Amino acid sequence: MSKVFIIVQANEEARPIVEALLQDNPHAVAQESPAMVRVEAEGKMTLNRATVEDLTGQPFNIQQLHVNLISISGHIDEDDDYLTVAWAN
Amino acid sequence: MDMKATKKKLGIKERYAHMTRGLGWEPTYQSADAVFPYDKYEGIKIHDWDKWVDPFRLTMDAYWKYQGEKDRKLYAVIEAFAQNNGHLNITDARYLSAIKLFWQGVSPLENYVVQGFARAGRHFRGEASRVACQMQAVDELRHYQTQAHSISNYNKYYNGFHSQRHMWDRVWYLSVPKSFGEDALTSGPFEFLIAISFSFEYVLTNLLFVPFMSGAAYNGDMSTVTFGFSAQSDESRHMTLGIEAIKFLLEQDPANVPIVQGWIDKWFWRGSKVLALVGMMMDYMLPKRVMSWKEAWEIYAEENGGALFRDLARYGIRPPKGWADACEAKDHLSHQVWLLFYEYGGAAAFHTWSLTDEELDWLSAKYPDSFDKYYRPRLEFLRDKHARGERVYQGTLPTLCTTCQIPLCFTEPGDPTKISHRETVHKDEKYVFCSDHCQEIFGNEPEKFVQSWLPVNQIYQGNCFNPDVDPTAPDFDPLKAVLEYFKYNLGRDNGDFEGSEDQRNFAMWRGQASKN
Repeated sequence: MSKVFIIVQANEEARPIVEALLQDNPHAVAQESPAMVRVEAEGKMTLNRATVEDLTGQPFNIQQLHVNLISISGHIDEDDDYLTVAWAN
Repeated sequence: MDMKATKKKLGIKERYAHMTRGLGWEPTYQSADAVFPYDKYEGIKIHDWDKWVDPFRLTMDAYWKYQGEKDRKLYAVIEAFAQNNGHLNITDARYLSAIKLFWQGVSPLENYVVQGFARAGRHFRGEASRVACQMQAVDELRHYQTQAHSISNYNKYYNGFHSQRHMWDRVWYLSVPKSFGEDALTSGPFEFLIAISFSFEYVLTNLLFVPFMSGAAYNGDMSTVTFGFSAQSDESRHMTLGIEAIKFLLEQDPANVPIVQGWIDKWFWRGSKVLALVGMMMDYMLPKRVMSWKEAWEIYAEENGGALFRDLARYGIRPPKGWADACEAKDHLSHQVWLLFYEYGGAAAFHTWSLTDEELDWLSAKYPDSFDKYYRPRLEFLRDKHARGERVYQGTLPTLCTTCQIPLCFTEPGDPTKISHRETVHKDEKYVFCSDHCQEIFGNEPEKFVQSWLPVNQIYQGNCFNPDVDPTAPDFDPLKAVLEYFKYNLGRDNGDFEGSEDQRNFAMWRGQASKN
């Protein structure tokens, strides 16, 4: 099984994104480096709009991820309510 | 009576479909082949352009909105950095050599990619692919501009940042990224896409922008980390485009597979050579180091690239031919390139220096299989000579690889004590290469690569002097004349960091910043 990852900037806008990823993907792990956080998981990982909104109490558009995104790995499936990264192997 | 619109707002999949489907038309005044003359000659067969999908499905309104937001954040940081003398908060002025090299050798490449995607965006038949290429062209222009604006603040205080456009077309080590970019730009549109979107963006750019930019943050360079991560947020889209593009090509026709494989072999190898510069920046030029080049290679090339190629195996794609050799080189690459630049430090527009014991120990720990055996003794020898006032500068010119244009400084696979050297005779001319893979790239396209503008060869042919120079004058100094042709400020841009103007100024200004 291969690892997927989402790397975001270490800032307040991205913090709920990291928290939502860890909450909804129990197999995901966060690693902090200077100025960035890398969340990685075996096989597949999903970011859910509803989880981020629950954490912040604000509306969240999945595409807001772009503002603080640093890198991403895996095939992407994005819709209004979620973004999933996955490898097919 | 007016009807209230009750239709639900469109979802992102529908919005994307409206933007990218049905916008094109069948030309009638001219044939489609006359309008799109370049998307067939490479042999790639496309049966259904509508199968091209950008998984992020950004529409123009969302694109401008988020790009605008990124720029506002970035420019607020750039302004604050400039107003508050942020340049005095970096760990050490030695760090700036990495930023000089970035500005001299990486930023102009962004500009080339603008041109390449603008052209690809014109020449593909499918609307969705054209939209994606045009967005990427605009992204890359933003990268060049934000880098210029961020780095211009350093140019006010430090040497080596001036004359970038002039140096790009002339300086010996800049011909490495320049020839890489021009090779891509002069390829067909599909090869360009595989070269840049897939091999470079997907497989390799993480190595440039992720650990190196995190290193910029670690060294207090708020300005560079901000433009780096701002650019990298676009790269995430580009990488996604790269993987979608390759799946699209492979799924369209089985005849595309061997063509695409050839391009992957070529461009992975070419990209890994260009990134040798980044390996040196990470291991040697950052006063505080986040991770070694080897560790970065393992995470972003071996692990992530490995996952990718396992995934593409179902199409009949295998890892690039040079994969094993590039992975073996992770123990050697940064050291060999640093030693090269150290010895040619008189001819580089950035500084090099002798490493401290602490830095050597860090490298020993990070490279247990190679550093103490092959590189530490050489670095200590050079340091001892420098301490005795005999700083080593090479005064002769190196042999360049005809393909990657890097001086022959890399070693044989399996034998790190022997310089790797290959030769091909083509039409009675001898061509030299650094590796089997660079030699094979030449062999596949000799008509292209016999045109390589190799700086060393050009210097020896007398093509790299200013017009008023007299090479027959008794006091003629050819090396000095070449460096003047490069527009170096001699003694300020080049040479050892120890005793440099950058070192003196940084120490003095930092002193002024902390007391009255």
